[in-house]
Formats: sequence, structure tokens, C-alpha cells
Amino acid sequence: MATIRFKNVQHAYPPPKGQDPVYALKEVSQVWEDGSAYALLGPSGCGKTTLLNIISGLLTPSEGKVYFDDQDVTDLPTSDRQIAQVFQFPVVYDTMTVFDNLAFPLRNRGTDEATVKKRVHQIAEMLDLTANLKKKASGLTADGKQKISLGRGLVRSDVNAILFDEPLTVIDPHLKWQLRSKLKELHQQIGVTMIYVTHDQVEALTFANKVVVMYDGAVVQVGTPVELFNKPKHTFVGYFIGSPGMNFLPCKIDRGQPVFHNNILATSHPVSDDLNGRTVVGVRPEFVEFADDGIPVVIEKIEDLGRYQVVTVKHESEVIKMVVNEDQRIPAESPKIHFNPDQIRIYCDDWLVEGGDNE
Amino acid sequence: MNKTLNQKAWWLVTPVLILVAFNAFIPLMTVVNYAFQETFGNNVFFWEGTTWFEQVLRSDRFHDALVRQLLFTGMILAIEVPLGIGVALTMPRKGHWASVCLVLMALPLLIPWNVVGAMWNIFALPEIGLLGHTLNSMGIDYNFTRQPVAAWMTTVLMDVWHWTSLIVLLCYAGLSSIPDDYYQAANIDGASRWAIFRFIQLPKMKRVLTIAILLRFMDSFMIYTEPFVLTGGGPGNTTTFLSIDLVKIALGQFDLGPAAAMSLIYFLVVLLICWVFYTIMMRNEEQ
Repeated sequence: MATIRFKNVQHAYPPPKGQDPVYALKEVSQVWEDGSAYALLGPSGCGKTTLLNIISGLLTPSEGKVYFDDQDVTDLPTSDRQIAQVFQFPVVYDTMTVFDNLAFPLRNRGTDEATVKKRVHQIAEMLDLTANLKKKASGLTADGKQKISLGRGLVRSDVNAILFDEPLTVIDPHLKWQLRSKLKELHQQIGVTMIYVTHDQVEALTFANKVVVMYDGAVVQVGTPVELFNKPKHTFVGYFIGSPGMNFLPCKIDRGQPVFHNNILATSHPVSDDLNGRTVVGVRPEFVEFADDGIPVVIEKIEDLGRYQVVTVKHESEVIKMVVNEDQRIPAESPKIHFNPDQIRIYCDDWLVEGGDNE
Repeated sequence: MNKTLNQKAWWLVTPVLILVAFNAFIPLMTVVNYAFQETFGNNVFFWEGTTWFEQVLRSDRFHDALVRQLLFTGMILAIEVPLGIGVALTMPRKGHWASVCLVLMALPLLIPWNVVGAMWNIFALPEIGLLGHTLNSMGIDYNFTRQPVAAWMTTVLMDVWHWTSLIVLLCYAGLSSIPDDYYQAANIDGASRWAIFRFIQLPKMKRVLTIAILLRFMDSFMIYTEPFVLTGGGPGNTTTFLSIDLVKIALGQFDLGPAAAMSLIYFLVVLLICWVFYTIMMRNEEQ
């Protein structure tokens, strides 16, 4: 068990001849606290897997250092790092039985057979694999195989962290949910650091205590699901988390208040006027409501999702999405909308500008 | 429900059936014909029953050729399979060198059998051949036209040179199909190089390796052209394998009956060994 620290880690894959290297990972300094469950969330190609492979040592970063507690492990090979990793496609050793599969990491490290037996049975019990222990691993279903991959990580009592690289991609939807709750349960039982890579926000938000959102090779925000929802630090986080994502509207700043097409949007967190850069105002669709007094809009589309409706409206050429409760009436004539002043965020060049007062 | 009858497909199948009939079925039946009868020409046949079969199966000559054949096939498989796997494992997976290696590996396979025989004949000639001359000038007495051991070694070496590539290419294909995840997982599980080979690479290569071994077995068991050009079955009879012997009996001595009987026995031996090997491999697969 260890706290994992990244110090200015960067990574570039070898570029094609004659081209400048493109950084898959741009300067990340990050502490992964011991025993926490993290989710690494981001779109495909944002550097999540690169980051994961740097932790496990499958990749050596081009620059920067990785520490486990106080030990510099940057150049330490994978097998010496005590890291377990579960991959997107289940990896099982086909010729072995389930038991031998689970015992493999222990036997490779020269553990005595009595301990191996004890640990394997313990882990098989946790993962509901006991009945299959004597079967050939190749005969199992995808979720069974993925459990084996996971079991091979759990079987070692000394792992510093278990890393998951989109482990549920190939699992059937109804089993996904089961396996995910199993993971969460396991985390609570054994308390080992888990880092879970996914591009599915639901997966990330349900699994993790802390979500690390990555975008274009950089970590843009680390926070609890609530923080990510309420106060996205970057427009990407606002857009990526939530369904539908945050509304972003171009604005000017006048006396601390954002002005959108001559409509002053009252905010409870005024900002300073001298922002250099492109300013936008961000507000979640959940915090936009119809009002008697406000910005006049045209209703474009209403999607009824059962529990709520997503209404798309337009002011000038700007599209605004809003989430409206089932029972709420949608005005038929000259609708106007209003933004919740507490929930208005202002971004300058895509980064959040912290409001002046409370919270 | 009315199904429309359409027999037009027969027009597409018939040419193939005719072709198979003429190049496989009819010749095979002719051989069967000769194997059970005696003829003195003019299409006059006398029934002989199993006489020819008994004669062939009892003859020392057939036994010797069969033993030589088994020994030869065993030797080339014992060399080519491990060597092929070894080479496939060391070949680069990506980049320019991968293509270069693949082309180099494929080259021997593109050379016609008799050319291979002729090349090795010249290569191994004791006075002027590169191999023969080099060995002799190093003080090793080497003459494949006179020494049985030298003839054997040269024949085996020639086959290894010609056909190891096939095993390499098939194994390489098998290895290329293994996702990186497996190696990474093995790395994380702390597997040794040997364990990676034993539990990941070998199982994944098993299917193609089965095919490779079957192909090499059949081909080498029926080998004719290369040793015929290289040694002509000599010195003496030391490199006379089954097919060479068969041709000697059929065309050299014109003993059509025994030759036909031998062909059928030969055919059944190949069939039997292939079947046994394949069944064993597939049974392992199922378990």
C-alpha cells in the first residue's frame, strides 16, 4: 500500500520521422491517496491509458518522476512495482484452470503452495468463482474471464494499487451493473487504491470517491462527483459531465455581471471586470427555468425522457438546453427563461473564474 | 409455401466434379485396378487378389525405405519445428524490418523443388561447391556422393533450408494475433520469459502449429524431387525414400502390380498418421 505521486510527468510517444513529438500526456502533477477509489474520466485519446500505464510501469514517462510513498519508481520495471492491472479485454491463460490462473501471480513470485491455496480460495469466494475453480479458464463467459483478470490482481496481498482500463467494455449491460457494484464492494472490503479508467460518466461517478477528468493530455479537474457537477473548473468538464451537458453562452462582463446579448444575467458571485480573453457564461440545464420575466426565447424542440423533459430553446442564434420536470407547464406564447443566480459560472478562455463572494 | 426449383447450380458444380474425377478419382481407381491384377499389356488382366500387397509388405526393400522415410521425416520435423518457432519469436513485430524479414523468409518457398535440388547439388559438390569445398579445405572429409552420412546431412539440411520458412511464417501469423494486453498482463503477473512462452505464446500458436506440422509431415513424407535431383537416392540406396523407391519399381522395373500396391499402402500410411495426429491435437483442444 502506498501513496502514488506524480511529479511533472509528461509523455510523448515516439513521433514519425521528421516530426515534432506530440505529447499524449502534458505535465501532470497529481497525488493518488492510499486507499481511495479514483476514476479517470475523459474522451478517447485524452491520455487516460497512457497515464495508467505510467503508474503500472508498462510505459516510462519521457519526463517527470513517479513516486510510491517516498520511493522513486520512475525506472522500476512493472514486475517490481506491486501493481495489478485489469485490461479492457479479459486476459486469461487459456490452457490453465481457473485455479491456476488465480494462482499464477503468486507462483511466479515463489509463494508456498499452502498460502497460494488459501489466497486463491479466499479470492474465488469474494468473486463467486469457487464453483468454477477446477474448470478450464477458456470455457468461461466474458464476465467470468474478466473476474479472473480481476482476481489475479486481488490475489496478491501486497499490491499498491489496482488499475482498471475500461474493464467493463466487453461485458453485457445487465452484468456490467453487477460487476461494478462488486468492484465497489471489494474496494470497501480491502481498501486498496483503485484507479478506474473510463469514458462513461455514469461508471465514473458511481464507482469513484474522486473523479479525475482528463482532456487533451491534461488533468483539468479532480473532484467529487458533486463538485464536478456544481463547479466545473473547465468548460470541458461542464460539457462532458451531465446529460445534457452545461450550456455555454458568449458574454461580456460589465460591473462584475455577465451580459449576454444585452441581457444582464444576475450572478451571486460577481467577478472582476478586467478579464483578458474570451469570456463565456456557463449554466447547467437543470438550473434554467421558465419565468415571467427574463430572456425571451423560441422553443425549438421538446424531448420527453419519462422522468423529465429536455427542452431546447433559442435566443438569437444561441442554443440553450433546459431540463424541465414532467409536471411543469411549458409556456405556449412568448416564453422567457431565467438562470438560477447561484449556479451561474463564468469562464475566461475555458477556465473557471472564481466568483468574489461566498461558498 | 412454394419453393422455386432452380437447378442451375449444377452447371457451376459439374466442371469441378469432372475435373476431380479426371485428376483424382479415375487415376486412383486405375491404381486400385493394377494393385489387384496382373497385366501383360493389351488390356488383358488376370486377378491376383492380395498377392502384390503381401509381397510388398513382406519385402525388406519396402521396410528399409519406410524406415528411412520415417527417420527423415522425424529428423526434419525435430529440427524445423523448434527452429521455426525460435525464428518466429525473434522476428520483429513492427516496422520496416518486419517486412524485410517476411520477404526474406518467403524466398525459399518460392523456389521450385528441382531448382532447390540442383542448387544444393552444386553448393555441396566436394571440389567446386561452396559448402563442399569449404568443408574439405577445413580438413573435414566430406563427399555427399560417396558418404551416406554426408548425403543424409545434406538432404536434411536442404529440407530445413527450404521449408523452415513455412513454419516460421505460420507461427509468426499466430504470434501476431496475440493482443498486447496479454504481454502486459503477464508482465504485471510477474511471469518469466519461459512462462510467457509456455502459457501465452505456445497456446496461441497451437492451431497454426498443428497445421504447420501436418503440412510438413505430409510434404516430407512424400518428398521426391529434391533428393532425386540431389543424390538420386544414393549413395547406394541410403537416401532412397518411399517415393523414390516407388518410381524405381514402377518406371525403372516396370513392376506395375507391386508398385500400385505400394502406392495404396503408402497412401494409407500418410492418411493414418495424419488422422491420428489431428485427432490427438483436437482432443486436447476440447479438454
